[in-house]
Order: sequence, then C-alpha cells, then structure tokens
Amino acid sequence: MADDAGIDTPVHETGEGVRRRDFINVAAVSFAGVGGLATLWPLIRQMSPSADVLAESSTEIDISQIAAGQAIKAIWRKQPVFLRNLTPAEIALANKVDIGSLRDPQTLAERTKPGKENWLITMGVCTHLGCVPLGAGEGEPRGEFGGYFCPCHGSTYDTAARIRKGPAPKNLEVPVYEFNSDTVVKIG
Amino acid sequence: MSFPWAQHYEPRHPFMQWMDEKLPLPRFVYNAVGAGYPVPRNLNYWWNFGVLAGFCLVIQIVTGVILAMHYAANAGVAFDSTEHIMRDVNWGWMMRYAHANGASAFFVVVYTHIFRGFLFGSYKAPREMIWLLGVVIFLLMMATAFMGYVLPWGQMSFWGAKVITGLFSAIPLIGTPLQQWLLGGFAPDNAALNRFFSLHFLLPFVIAAVVILHIWALHIPGSTNPTGVEVKTESDTVPFHPYYTAKDGFGLGVFLILYTAVVFFAPNALGHPDNYIPANPLSTPAHIVPEWYFWPFYAILRAFTWDFFFIPAKLMGVLAMFSAILVWFFLPWLDTSPVRSSRYRPLLRKFVWFGLLPDVIILGYCGGSPAAEPFVMISQIAAAYYFLHFLVILPIVSSIEKPEPLPFSITEDVLGKDDHAVLAPAQPAAA
Repeated sequence: MADDAGIDTPVHETGEGVRRRDFINVAAVSFAGVGGLATLWPLIRQMSPSADVLAESSTEIDISQIAAGQAIKAIWRKQPVFLRNLTPAEIALANKVDIGSLRDPQTLAERTKPGKENWLITMGVCTHLGCVPLGAGEGEPRGEFGGYFCPCHGSTYDTAARIRKGPAPKNLEVPVYEFNSDTVVKIG
Repeated sequence: MSFPWAQHYEPRHPFMQWMDEKLPLPRFVYNAVGAGYPVPRNLNYWWNFGVLAGFCLVIQIVTGVILAMHYAANAGVAFDSTEHIMRDVNWGWMMRYAHANGASAFFVVVYTHIFRGFLFGSYKAPREMIWLLGVVIFLLMMATAFMGYVLPWGQMSFWGAKVITGLFSAIPLIGTPLQQWLLGGFAPDNAALNRFFSLHFLLPFVIAAVVILHIWALHIPGSTNPTGVEVKTESDTVPFHPYYTAKDGFGLGVFLILYTAVVFFAPNALGHPDNYIPANPLSTPAHIVPEWYFWPFYAILRAFTWDFFFIPAKLMGVLAMFSAILVWFFLPWLDTSPVRSSRYRPLLRKFVWFGLLPDVIILGYCGGSPAAEPFVMISQIAAAYYFLHFLVILPIVSSIEKPEPLPFSITEDVLGKDDHAVLAPAQPAAA
C-alpha cells in the first residue's frame, strides 16, 4: 500500500498511475538538461577566433610603389596576400586561355575589379595544403604559366592566379577587398 | 580473469592486514600484476610490448611535466623557451631529447604491440573490447603526438599544424568554419599554440585512463597466447609474478638500452632540421613531412590526386586517411576464422608477413618522400592494397583457409604429449 503514496490518479481508476513525483522528476531532469546544454555553448564558442584576432581582419595597403610586372606580399589575418600589378602582356595571356579547359573555370575579369584588371590581388596560400607559393618576391620563379609556383607539390598558377598544373584543386583565393583610392587597397 | 587456481592474497604483517581492511590496494595490485594473476605459461617476447607501452607513457608524462615547467606556450616566446630548455635549463637538453625520442619509442612499441594483435588474432572474441579500446588509445596518441610536435613553434611545427588543420577545410560546407574554430584564428597562431599545449598536457592522462580500461577488459578473459588456445588447466598458466615480471623486466632492459642509445647518441636522427628554424608564416619549407610514425597515413592522404564523382581529391584523401585506422575497429568482425593464432593459419600468416607488413613499410617510405613520381603511384597502389587486405583478403582468407592442427592445450604445446612432464594433473577449468 505504501506504493500508492503520492499517486494522483490511482491505478484502479485510470490504469496508468501517474504520480506527482513523475512530474517533478521529468521537470527537474528537463530543467537541468536544458541548463547543461546551454552551458555547453560558451565552452564550444570560446574556441572561435577571439575579438583581437578578428580586429586584425582588415588591413590597408599602399600600392602606389608597385610597378607593372611587380608584386608584393602583404599580411592579412596572419596569412600572406599577393598584390600584383599585371603587365598588358600578362593580362592578354590570361584572357587568351580557353575557360572550359580550366580546373576551376574563372576569367581574369571575375577575379579583379572592373577598370582595375591589372591589379591581381589573391591570397598567397596554395589551395592544396596551404604552402606559400613563389612568384611574388623579387627573382622568385613564377612557373611555366608566368603566375605563381608552389614548391611543395608543384602546383602551378597562371597570370590570373588560376590553377593550371599540379595537385591544387582551386585557384588562389581572391579575398574580399576594395579600392579606397587609386593607391590604397583595403583588404577584408 | 582470476582462474579458480589463482593464488590468494594473504597479508601477514599486521599493517598490511589493517591496510587490506581499509583500502585493499595491495590486494588489487597482487591480483592484477602479481602472483594472484595466472597467465599462460607460453607467452613469448611479442607479449612484452604492452608493458613497454605503459612504460613509455610513464616516460612521456614524467619528462613532459618537467618540460612544461620551463616551456612558455606563447607564439612570441615558444621557440626561445624551447632553446632555453636546450641550452640553459639544467639537464633540459636531456629531458627534451628523452621526450621527443620517447614519442618515437612509444610508437615503435605500440606498432609492434598492434602487429602482435594482427599476428596472433588478439582482437578475436572474447577480446574485442580490449582491441577497440586499443584503437582508441592509438587515436589519442596520434592526436597527442601531433599537438606536441607543434609546441616548439619551429618551421615544421607551424607548417605541420597548417597542413593538418587544413585537412578539416576539405569537409564540405562546414570545413573552413571548423578549421577556424579549431585554430581560433585564420592561420596557426597564439590561440592555436595555447590550446594545443593545454590539450597536449591533458590527453596523456586521458590515455592513462583508457589504458586502465584496456587492462581491466584484458583481465576478464585473461591474456591470449601464441597458440591462441584458451587456458584449460592450472598447468597452462604460471603466476604473473615472478614469471612475467622477470620476463618483462628483461625486455625493459633491452628496450632501455636501445632507447637511451638514441637519446644520447643520435637525438636528432628522427627529427627535421627545419624545426630548428623559428616559425615563419610567410615562408614554407620546401619539403613538409610529418614525423616518421605518421608517414604511412600521410602517404594514404596524398595518394588521392583525382576527384571521385563529386568528392574532391583532397576530401577523398582525408577520408581515406581516417578510414585507414577506423577499419581496425571492424577487424574482429572482418576476420571470421575460428582459429585465433596465425601460427596455425598458413594463408593469413603469409598475407600478414609478406602482404600487410611490407605494404605499410612501403607506404611509410612514400609518406616520407616528396610528393612526386614514382612515389605518388606507388602510394596509390600500396594504399589500395592496404584496404584490400582488411576488406577483401581477410574475409576471403578466413573462409577458404584450411587451418593446421591446433595443440590440445597450452601445456601440450609446451611439453609435448608426455603426461609425466605435465606439472599438475589436468583438471577441467570448471571443476
């Protein structure tokens, strides 16, 4: 008979025997469960880039000193960015390529800003395994397509920084950027 | 498991009796690795490597805790603090060399331990759980070793971290956010270094906990043995102490001679000179390779150079690399042969010694070589064979193989059928 203690609707009436204590159990476990799950969020979220890391997420670069045919390496988000002033010959070379034959089909115009087709601004991060390709520095080899050459596994990029040969799956990434003026680019 | 004939712990000294009533820890040790644990009498030196692996974990924890007293996990000073350990800290060079080469020694021992499992069917029922826990330990070891290698913040540390966390970016949709979450930034930097240090300190203790589960699961059926025939009578076993404490002690001595020889005479033989150059995010080393113990898996990663349906090559490589270890989880069910030890399995024995073993060595050699021909093609063939072994060869061999005759018991295997040579009269275990 002690089992009947606290039974709201006795077994012989409903056949179920719901007890007040069942409600308290379910409510307590649910409440603690939701609280526990909510606590997980800060524990997971603390791993994401912190405010000071995100604060470095845009940078302004003076491009007035880059002559045609030259390139510089800048740092954005702790990663190298290549800013390159293409020569008319290099632009012509990039436009001559049959887009259909490319692994990651894109035109030079899609990878630059209108009216600024000579400014090729890409990440200096090979899309294969993240090495820094050669070709932006003075005297570095630019590979057989005249763009960039990654020494790690031989990925070769053309003058629009598109992948042409080697294991990389994608073209060098074009970061989000805008021209603040004719001589200053804001990346990020 | 405690067989019915196991010796009983009987403390004589009043203090030990008092202790046994309050906290029976000595009894626990006696029954786990003492005279109270009967072990097959025919274990050979392949069975030393479990104890050796445990010893390596102790070396790594002791030297690691000491190194952490002198190391600073900050991208600005991590490299300098490592050099500070090498040049200024008393015996710091020895602690670091012991720790770095201790990782290599740990992997040598664990790979041998795993290979023992392949050879003698240690993963078979009723020991599946021991095997599964062992694979978990191995995965934890790989994570720990990878994060430890990042800590000196040299060139190979940095670029290794970049390449390995870059693997996660191959996952569709969530890949890049996941990579940034793991790194706490857009490239390996202070946030990544700090969390790797925190986890590198934590994980060995998680490993120690899983090792306890591994041994607990082992003590339920007891150790297997080179014949694979289960223990039947008391004459099949000897007490762990003094028989195997002595045998393990001898093996430990041989291990320590080899290990200390590397630590003191060739401490950098297994390392990369590039890691003595401070990390530079703007300059990539010409040849990025992981430590030798990851080479076979790295070769499988790089073997995929073409897209497969809609799956990009990079993702295929990542999936294949993880599958190469995950397939071990299914081993107890892929090998359906009722015979445990390959000693009596003529076909399997040949496929393990002359198929799987050379295949993994070839993969390892390719993984340590530049990603150029002929190594890419060789790794493709070797990677294909690796999966073929587990998924096709093993199930087929299990069903078509005609095993050689098994000995009736461990005792018969050791002493022959001479009844007089049997130490104790044969009694059924259940009696």
